[in-house]
Amino acid sequence: MEAVLAVLVGILFSVGAYLMMERSLIRLLFGLVLISNAASLAVFAAGRLTWGEPAIVPVGALAPDREIANALPQALVLTAIVIGFGLIAFALVLAERAFRWLGTVDTEAMRVAEPQPEGSGASAVKADAGRTA
Amino acid sequence: MTAPLVLPIVVPLGVTIACVLTGSRPALTRVVSVGGAALLFACAVVLMVRVLDHGIQAAQIGDWPAPFGITLVADPFAAIMVLVAGFMGLAVAVYGLVDIDADRERFGFHALYHALLAGICGAFLAGDLFNLYVWFEVMMIASFALLVLGSDREQLDGGVKYVAINLVSTIVFLTACGLTYGVAGTLNMAELHAALPDVENQGVVAAIGILLLVAFGIKAAVFPLFFWLPAAYHAPPVTVTAIFAALLTKVGVYALIRIDTLVFAAVADVLEPVLLVTALATMVVGVLGAAAQNEVRRILSFHIVSQIGYILLGLAMSTALGLAGAVFYLVHNIVAKTNLFLVSGAIRRLEASLELKSIGGLYATAPLLSVVFLVSALSLAGMPPLSGFWAKLLLLQASLAIEGYVLATAILAVGLVTLYSMTKIWLQAFWKPAPDASAHPAKPSLTARERAGLFGPMLALTAIIIAMGVAAQPFLDLAMVAATHLRDPAAYVTTVLGRP
Repeated sequence: MEAVLAVLVGILFSVGAYLMMERSLIRLLFGLVLISNAASLAVFAAGRLTWGEPAIVPVGALAPDREIANALPQALVLTAIVIGFGLIAFALVLAERAFRWLGTVDTEAMRVAEPQPEGSGASAVKADAGRTA
Repeated sequence: MTAPLVLPIVVPLGVTIACVLTGSRPALTRVVSVGGAALLFACAVVLMVRVLDHGIQAAQIGDWPAPFGITLVADPFAAIMVLVAGFMGLAVAVYGLVDIDADRERFGFHALYHALLAGICGAFLAGDLFNLYVWFEVMMIASFALLVLGSDREQLDGGVKYVAINLVSTIVFLTACGLTYGVAGTLNMAELHAALPDVENQGVVAAIGILLLVAFGIKAAVFPLFFWLPAAYHAPPVTVTAIFAALLTKVGVYALIRIDTLVFAAVADVLEPVLLVTALATMVVGVLGAAAQNEVRRILSFHIVSQIGYILLGLAMSTALGLAGAVFYLVHNIVAKTNLFLVSGAIRRLEASLELKSIGGLYATAPLLSVVFLVSALSLAGMPPLSGFWAKLLLLQASLAIEGYVLATAILAVGLVTLYSMTKIWLQAFWKPAPDASAHPAKPSLTARERAGLFGPMLALTAIIIAMGVAAQPFLDLAMVAATHLRDPAAYVTTVLGRP
């Protein structure tokens, strides 16, 4: 079961990474959504998967009487999902603002903060900066 | 005795709430904000004193014993960082009273500012990887909002790049957390110190270490992951840039030092060559990038990158002396760099521009500002007897001690180019006669209140730079203590787990 999840995580990561290398801000965001889900799945799988054994200690007992699911990664994933949700929501609003004020979602065209210099001397470095960001 | 450890996180969170609640009365919010920052500084002093008197402090939240519960730990390094964060938080908050406009205040500047401080202090004190992740997120969300607060076009443009790359870093960090749990079954850093060397497949551990290196490298703006910083840091108001320059990237550096010395010490032989090369590249590329710029804040932004390289170099040498150099450099750099950004804010107020070609003559019109700039700039370049000299000297000694002559050359050469950049600002902004007086005839002059708000923090930071230079010994001793604990985390592990 872990193997299936591992493959799924790999696919999600690669699709997400591919999308993030696109120029469009919207695709970049979709890529982020995908890889943040992939990361959550990776954390989940790291706790090993247990089928149909909820993490419940029987009434009166101090320890579970059989092997149960690991509850800790589930708690971690829950936290990560909430945080990821907040970040993605912020990023979506930011993208909308950027589109409205800068008039583009093409990351190559966003040059307000880093205007192209007149000479070509420093422009190689700067063009690079735009692409990476 | 959990209070000294919890307060540096709870106080700024409480102040955040208080700032939100008093949002309709700006005057009151300002009082709460500065008062809260002062209170945080006081808490940080208490924590520092306790750590110095009683050794490493650890608190198990809710009495769940480590490694099962949430642990807060303060070793000397963490305590130093919280203290510096508290002090810078106070200084920049005072500066912000003058610098931040009413609109940004109305949109919640003060609340976001304290949320940022809470995240930063939390990250310094976190005792396990996942907690570190959570505090990083608190810090990140606050910084995102601060960066784009006011929605200038420039801010949005820089903000998009900053947010995108930092989200990637976050996700890489989370993945690394998951993988660490998968191989070691714990995320408590003290327990990981003991557990990771026992993992059968050390290759996986090294891979996780590299993932964390990338995640924190992005936050710390290390070559080749630094492009977001010069793109974003010059856009928001100077107050925001100053607190970012002071603390944000430094939290990344702090995490790198913590991870390399405590958690992944077992695979340090894999991580350290990578660190060494990236540190050198960061120093050189940052300083050359700065030399090509002609706007004060852009120059300073590139210098942040270059200085991060120095700190990492101290870490990568992995000797006690190198680590002491890194700690001293970290503190020196936070103070000197922040002060330079604060000066740039005052320049913009006086000259309405930060482009070197359109400003000038400040030596005649603002002599006090010139002195503040000169002291900070010379300190940054490593001139004796200022703080930067001792920081560079420590690193130089450390590099010679391990016969790293390339490193020593880089330390000196990059210092020289730093001096060139600082001289450029000095010549253009301060010495050169004002370009064309008729172009902007009505230069704004500062009111008494503005002078107090701007110069108070700047003079306080200048005093620290000079004190760290002329009375360096106590600071050097403290850095040595912190470095010793970093080199040998046995006391840290024992304090957290209650067993060796």
